[in-house]
Amino acid sequence: MSIWEFANPVRFMRLSGKVLPWITGLALLTFVTALYWGFFLTPNDAVQGSTVKIIYVHVPTAFLAINVYFMMFVTSLIWLIRRHHVSALAAKAAAPIGAVMTLIALITGAVWGQPMWGTWWVWDPRLTSFLIMFIFYVGYIALWAAIDEPDKAADLSAILCMIGSVFAIISRYAVNFWSQGLHQGTSAPMMRPGEETQMAAVFWQPLMLSIAGFFLLFLALLLLRTRTEIRNRRITALRAREA
Amino acid sequence: MLPDLGNYAIAVLSAYASMVVLIGGLILISLRNAKKSKATLARLEEKRKAK
Repeated sequence: MSIWEFANPVRFMRLSGKVLPWITGLALLTFVTALYWGFFLTPNDAVQGSTVKIIYVHVPTAFLAINVYFMMFVTSLIWLIRRHHVSALAAKAAAPIGAVMTLIALITGAVWGQPMWGTWWVWDPRLTSFLIMFIFYVGYIALWAAIDEPDKAADLSAILCMIGSVFAIISRYAVNFWSQGLHQGTSAPMMRPGEETQMAAVFWQPLMLSIAGFFLLFLALLLLRTRTEIRNRRITALRAREA
Repeated sequence: MLPDLGNYAIAVLSAYASMVVLIGGLILISLRNAKKSKATLARLEEKRKAK
């Protein structure tokens, strides 16, 4: 079975309808377990005290903020090249989720930064590119809402998404190629066999579960919202026929 | 029972509270829109079939 079969709205609706309840259940279970584990069952850090608990919210949301944008980039590209409506609608459905994740990462970062760095905000390359990425998310949502003709809205917002992807890439890699700035490098790299993590297992394990929980929640919301967008498109088509 | 958050209780609790409010809001809005579009589409399809 080819992945392009899911570009057919009817097939997408049928398959997503079957998997959505399972993904939603798994997402809620993982999300709640991870946050309970991180908040209630992990110790305070020797240096950062209890603020270390913010990591279970800040890192997964920052991870998703960047990767949701990357997903939107890919689906927008598919729309521009192959004109599959489901891919354009998936990008549209993902944008508010990405915007919320980016906003949470910015808020929790500021709340964490104040006691640790002594400031809520600094014009550090990573923080600044993250803020610009948030503005691109908002602009993308506004552009979709501002244009009545759906294909034209999809085209223009896909182009805006491509432009904004530069800031998603900068957000991800700024700490590697910009030496200045307060924000430290990735503190929880994905482990490969034989590699040692920079974090103690007591913090790292709930963090990985939290990332999985947030990712599953994103997936459930993405399916739900894409299904809504497909229905809305059908509603527009039916109303146009009636008129 | 809350864990001992020491001097940083406000910072930690506000981080979690902002996450709960924003994600909760996103879930509620997504569910409300899904329900609304499902009902509208069902009504329009019904109307189309009746014609």
